Parts: sequence; structure tokens; C-alpha cells
Amino acid sequence: MFQTHKEIQAAIGSGQTDLKSLVTTYLTNIESNRHLNAFLEVYGEEAMARAAELDGKTTGRGRLYGMVIAIKDNICYRGHKVSAGSRILEGFESIYSSTVVERLLAEDAIIIGRLNCDEFAMGSSNENSAYGPVLNARDNSRVPGGSSGGSAVAVQADMCLVSLGSDTGGSIRQPASFCGVVGFKPTYGRVSRWGLIAYASSFDQIGPLSHSVEDSALVMEIMAGADEYDSTASSKPVPSYSTEKFEKKARIAVLKNTVDHQGINTEVRSETERIIAKLKSEGHTIEEVNFDLTDYLIPVYYVLSTAEASSNLARFDGVHYGYRSPRATEMDSVYKLSRTEGFGREVKNRIMLGTFVLSAGYYDAYYSRAQKVRRMLSEQISEIFRSYDFILLPTAPSIAFKLGEKTSDPTEMYLADIYTVLANLVGVPAISLPLAKSAEGLPIGIQLMAEKHEDAKLFGFSKTLMQWSTLYP
Amino acid sequence: MSSVSDKYEVIVGLEVHAQLSTLSKMYCGDSAAFGAAPNTQVSPVSLGHPGTLPRVNRKAIEYAVKIGLATGSTIRRENQFARKNYFYADLPKGYQITQDKTPLCENGFIEFEVAGERKRVGLERIHMEEDAGKSTHDLDPYYTLVDLNRAGVPLIEIVSRPDIRSGDEAYQYLTEVRKLVRYLDICDGNMEEGSMRCDANISIRLKGDTGLNPRVEVKNMNSMRNVKKAIEYEFERQVELMERGERLAQETRGYDALKGVTLPQRSKELAHDYRYFPEPDLPPVIVTEEYVDAVRAAMPKLSRDLIAEYTTTYGLPEYDARVITDDKDTAFYLNDLLTLTKNYKAASNWLLGPIKSYLNENALEISELTVKPQTIADLIALIDAGKTNFAVASQRMLPELVANPTESPLAVLERLNLLQSSDEGMIKDLAVAVLAKYPDKVKAYQAGQKGLLGLFVGEVMKGSAGKADPKLTNKILTELLAG
Repeated sequence: MFQTHKEIQAAIGSGQTDLKSLVTTYLTNIESNRHLNAFLEVYGEEAMARAAELDGKTTGRGRLYGMVIAIKDNICYRGHKVSAGSRILEGFESIYSSTVVERLLAEDAIIIGRLNCDEFAMGSSNENSAYGPVLNARDNSRVPGGSSGGSAVAVQADMCLVSLGSDTGGSIRQPASFCGVVGFKPTYGRVSRWGLIAYASSFDQIGPLSHSVEDSALVMEIMAGADEYDSTASSKPVPSYSTEKFEKKARIAVLKNTVDHQGINTEVRSETERIIAKLKSEGHTIEEVNFDLTDYLIPVYYVLSTAEASSNLARFDGVHYGYRSPRATEMDSVYKLSRTEGFGREVKNRIMLGTFVLSAGYYDAYYSRAQKVRRMLSEQISEIFRSYDFILLPTAPSIAFKLGEKTSDPTEMYLADIYTVLANLVGVPAISLPLAKSAEGLPIGIQLMAEKHEDAKLFGFSKTLMQWSTLYP
Repeated sequence: MSSVSDKYEVIVGLEVHAQLSTLSKMYCGDSAAFGAAPNTQVSPVSLGHPGTLPRVNRKAIEYAVKIGLATGSTIRRENQFARKNYFYADLPKGYQITQDKTPLCENGFIEFEVAGERKRVGLERIHMEEDAGKSTHDLDPYYTLVDLNRAGVPLIEIVSRPDIRSGDEAYQYLTEVRKLVRYLDICDGNMEEGSMRCDANISIRLKGDTGLNPRVEVKNMNSMRNVKKAIEYEFERQVELMERGERLAQETRGYDALKGVTLPQRSKELAHDYRYFPEPDLPPVIVTEEYVDAVRAAMPKLSRDLIAEYTTTYGLPEYDARVITDDKDTAFYLNDLLTLTKNYKAASNWLLGPIKSYLNENALEISELTVKPQTIADLIALIDAGKTNFAVASQRMLPELVANPTESPLAVLERLNLLQSSDEGMIKDLAVAVLAKYPDKVKAYQAGQKGLLGLFVGEVMKGSAGKADPKLTNKILTELLAG
């Protein structure tokens, strides 16, 4: 199988393949991997028709010509179903396209299907989907991570070249780590959220998953940039991520109380330490810096993200679209029954939590205080980036765990996000690189973060690091 | 009863929602026009579809800054939006995007006249928000029908301080607010159609007390008269409760215009905890000093500016100026007229006299008047030139001109054969003949019954078929009678 867009372009250029045969190969792979449950819907005929059409295009080919992409089930695509992995949107079809889909299509990408995920992107194992869990392709008894589990597995098992996920607290990077692929969370505001079903608006970003850093960088280059439909999208110019290099010696910070945190898996720790040693031996500067807010990360993230979620998910009420309980008889029961039956357990937990932290009498104790800590975090991280190019962390405290292993204890499940929520809380770009593996051969991701709007620098350095990947020899 | 009530005073604060007359909605490009077929002005944003995001209508910000400046408010530089969360069938997002802790305008005031005195009511705030859709409960026997055309139409909410002390003051306050939004051209100010809506917070206290008692919020008042009546009703009701020694409770009531009473609303509607929090989808809107200056420089003239101009530049009586500026369109008509005639007082008289009567009698607005200011200016010129007189012009010619707005006043005079004569010889001949016909009356006049002059003038006019210049006739007759 092709691993990069560059290989595909070369094969197309030499006449070794065309888009129809490329799509056919992916469709075959999707078919033989049905059991992984990564795809909720495959746009087979449509992708073939588009491939045939694009095969006839000999001039003016877009920059993503030959790239087959699958999108997470929370990204709207006109005329296609979108359900955010939820029963409450079962059968719902979007009447408009997200900005990212428009931009990818304009560059001749082929969208091959819609990917399973945790319901409303809430989860770290993809076990919260109303349409069943996704299985890790490397070990089918293990989870792929979440919430973009389908997106990670689709790339892992070569069912598409690149997938789109969304990352609110680690939902791209953690599954990328569990599945051994590259996962990139852009600077907040770098990619338009128009057409992304919101979980927590001030955290959400759409980002790519791929085998290579170059492909994620290329897709980012196409997707990023100002958008009149998203007021939070930055209007800063988009650098050429795909050609960016970082060849200097880097100054890298490692946060205290992270790699040595009590909850970390020993293999994850030793592999992270190995990478740190390797970086040092290559002449990069790696220093441990003080960071005393680690224990606040998860609580602050869950207070603020659930507050926003409780409001963002109010629109799913059974009145205007989506699921309406057949037992509903008047307005109140339309709300109560439709939401009770339409939402899954974890979503309801988070709506309740978010409603609580915003309610009169508790707002100051929870929401306001969490906002304050978020500001403190931003200041501390900015301070670190005044002296360092990157922060290095494990992506997740563990390797892919077994299905059902953590479903009984939500707080243990929430700890799966301990290293990833930081980037969302402060809005910086972060990438998970498949640099290591456990003794059993299960992938371990290493995470790098850079200062806001230093996405290009992050891509540049990531390319250097990927040369040492033990997963991709 | 009235003597009991006299011990108390009513304390009122008003919340006015005004729909801004922007072309598009507050947070998306859908048309904000009123009256389209249901659910035809709805994009995915208005429908609250998943994945949609708001963006701020800059025009709405400009409109709100305008009223902020017109009310002497402080304009905030950094404007955060907030979500107000509640479930209702005509609120598709499940929250309204409004402003909570950072209203665009603060600490302004509204001034008006009531019972001959100037009254100033402080404004706590004016903030931006969006309207909900419209639910109709009585069209279908089983279902409530929801129209989302109105969902997302920009609103400002003008919140007064509790400075209002009577139903009359509330009425005048609302009149002034309506005048303001109309002069600023930011809202059509029509309460009956719902483009301006009002809730009243009403409490009472013993005169001389300084504390505040629990207040009643009265909703659903669709006219200024109803606001006044609801306040008066609430005052009496609360006085009665207090006199009976009952405790007043904070509550929400609705006004029933048919019965003229306020009624408690279901307690469920009170239990709202709106869970306000900053709207994460909208970065703060920054209103710079330069921007405010530019809006200020482009501000239209308000009624108070026009009153000053009419009384100083044009020498009109303050009464005329006030009455004319009560209605923006009338004032604008006068503005046009003042550029076309130098006889300013005559211009004002025409508006306050014959034009106003004609409009009242026919239940018309001045915007519907077919007669253009140029025609009125021509009429004034004809009177001043002695070619006709005010009575003929207002009673005979005006109806003709209304019916034939393109005809010139002079042509009407000629067509009706009403062109006034200033032929002294002809008038003198007629006058001599009239006096000869009534020797007794002449004697009576000369004996002191000066009122008889009208009779002689009338006779001369009749003799001239209405064409004699009445002023000249008057003068000639007076001279003849003086001997």
C-alpha cells in the first residue's frame, strides 16, 4: 500500500496507477476490514464516479489530486449523513458543507466515507459510539483510542491515505498514539470550525491523521486560513507547512510532573526517556522545567468543556430535526424523552456536569475558577515558549488498552487525556508522532507542542524526528 | 380609595426590546425582513443546524452605537457576547446569543416632558441580542406552529433604571424611545407589530421611603397605552394587597388587554436559570474610539436638534416645533418645505392646520400624503401674492390637489375660477353696492356693532364669486364705513 501522497503522485505520474484503481484498492481494504467498524458509511459509488471524472482531468489538477480522504462523523458534508456517533442524529443529512470539506474538494481530494467516533467526540476509547466500538487494527481486543478512533484506524489499516479527526482534549493525538499514526491538532483558530459539530467550541479543532508528517502538513496547508463563516478562525497567512524544515538544534522543555507522573505506564515512560536521550545525543537541548499545574489539567478541562458542551448540545431537542421520541406527546416530553433516549450515557454525564458548573450558585466556584486556571496555564506555557522551541510529552499515559477495561470508571478514563488537554486549554498546536512501540509491538506516540501559530515550526521538527521512528523503519 | 393610594408611589423600570431594521440577521446573512412566508428566511444558522457558527452583523453594532450616543451612554470598547440558555420550540439553538456582563452601552438617559415638566430617566444599559422565532398556538388544533424567519433578527434591549413614577411617565418615556429609534432610523418602533416590545418592573412603596419592595414583572404589553394601564392596574392591586397587610412577592405576570388586568404566569416560567456564560464562538467585538467618532459624525438630526433649529434659525414658536417633531416624517416634511419657502410660520401653520386635519380625518400618515412640499410652498406663495387666501387654499384647493397631485395650485385656481382679484375698483364697486343694500346694518355698525363687518365682507365675496381678496375687501369696507 502507498503510505504517502508523494508515492501516489509518482505512481500516477508514471502511469503505474490511476484514481479508479486507487479508490478500488481502498474500497477493497475497507471491505476486508469491516470488523474494525471504522466506517459508518462508505461513499463507494460516489468515490468511484469522482475518481473516473478526475482520471479524465489532465490539466489543472489540484494539489490533493490522488488523495483519498475519510472524514470523522462530526464534519458536515452537504447531502451526506452526519450523526456525531449519536442516535439523536440518526439519519440526519447535512444541508451544507463544512469549510474543510469544501477546501479539500476544491483541490481534487476524493472523500471516501464517514468515520465512526465517540458520541459527540466525547470519549477516549471510541466505546461511546451509538454505532458500536471501533477496534484497533493492530490488536482487535484493544481500543483505538478516541474520540477520533475511526479516523486513526482508517489510516492505520490503509482504508484511506489521510483522515480528518477533531481534537477537543486529545481526540486526534491519543488515537493516533494508540494506532501508530501521525495526528495533528492545529493552533486554535487555525482551521475553520464551520461545519464541525461542536463539542466544546473554545477547544475544538479539526486536524489530519496520516502515516507521514508531510501529508498532514499538506492537508493542513489546504484547510487552514481565514473563513468568513468562523469568527474565531485566524486571518494570519498560512505558511507552506508541507515544505517547512527545522534543521537547527532545538531547545526542548520537558514539564516536571509529567513524564514522571504516577499514572504513567512504565513502557511509555521508558520509551519517552529513550527519545529524550536520543534528542540529547543529537545535540538538542532538553531541559526539565517547573510546571505545577498538572493536577489541575483534567478538572479544568472537564469543567470548561462540559460547560460549553451542555449549551452546544441543547439544539438536539427533537423539535426541529434529528431523533424525536415516538412516545413524546407535548413540548416538555419531546425534550425530555428525545434527549433521554437519543443521547448516550457519557454524553448525558457531561451535559449534567456542564449544566451544574454553570448553574446559579456554582458558577463562581467552578466555571469562573476554571477560567482563571486556564488563563494561568496560558501564561505559564507562554513563558516556557519564550525560552524553548517545543514542549515534549508522551501523548497518552498508556498504550492502547483492552476494550471494556476502563468503561466502568469514568475518572480513570478521563486520565487518558492528561497529556493532551493542555494543548487545547492553551490553544497551542500539538502533534503525536508514532516514534516508539511497546515490547508487544503496540504503538507509543510522542507528543510535541509549539507556541501558538508555530504550526509550521512544529511540522518542520516533526519531519526530523520521524526519521527515528521504530514503527516505520 | 384614592386617599389611601395617595400614601404610595409606584416605582417602575422598563425593559424595551427594539428590533433593528438591518437588512440581515444579527449573526448570519439571512434576510431580516418582516412579513415573508413562514420559514423562508432560514439558512442552516437560523435553523440552528449542527456545525453552524454565528458571525456578528456590523450594521447592528453601528445601530446600537447610534442609540448609545443619542442617549448619552458610555460605549464599551471590548464587547463580549454571552449565551442565555433555555429550551423553547422557537429557539432552535437552545440558547440566545446576547450580552451579559459587558453591555455595549451603559449609563445613558432618556428625557421627556410630562405634565409640563422635564423628566429624566436613567438607562442602566443597552445591549445587543437576537430575537427568537415565533410560535403560533391557535392556528392548528393539535400543534404549535413555529416560524423561524424572526429567529436571529437583531434586537437591542434598553433597560431603564427604576426612575419612572407613573403610567403617564411610562407612556411618555416609550413615546420618546420610539421617537428616538425612528429619528435614528434603526427600528420602525411599531409596538403593535412587535418590532418594539416592553416589559415593566413594577413595585410600590410609601412615599418618603427609600427602600424597594419586591417587584412584579409584567410582560406581553403590545401598546404604549397597555403599558400605562398595566402600571396603573398594578399600582392599585399592590396598594390593596399592602393595605390588607399581605406580603408582596416577586413574580411575573402577563397583561390581559381585554380584561385590563394583570394575571400571574405559570410558576414554571419563573424557574429559569439561564446559565449565562461567554459565547465561545464569537471573539469580543472591539469598538474603537475612531469608530465611535465616525458614527457620531454621521448621526442624523434628532427631534431635540430640530426643535432648536426650528425655534432659532426659523423663528418658529416652541409649541409648533415640539408638535411637528413628535413625528419624524412630519418634521422631515417641514424640513423640505422650509427649503422651498421663506414664509416659515405659514409652513408650520399648514402642517399643524389643514394638513394635520386632512390626515386625521382620513386616518393617514404623512408619508401617504400625495401633496408634495413644493405644492404647499406654491400655495403659500399664491396666498402671499394675494392670488388666493388661506380659507380658499385650505378648504377648496387642498382637496383638489390631494386628488390631482400633479396639477399646479395655480392651474387649480384657474380651473375652479377662484383666482383672487385684487382689483380695487371692482371690489370698491361691490362694496358700495353692498353697503347701499343694508343701510340699517351700516347704522348699527357705526353705532358700535363692529362684528357686522364680517357680513359685509361675506356679501362682497359672494358678489365676486369668491374671488375678491378678503384682506383688501376688509380694508376697503373699513374705510368706506369710516366715512
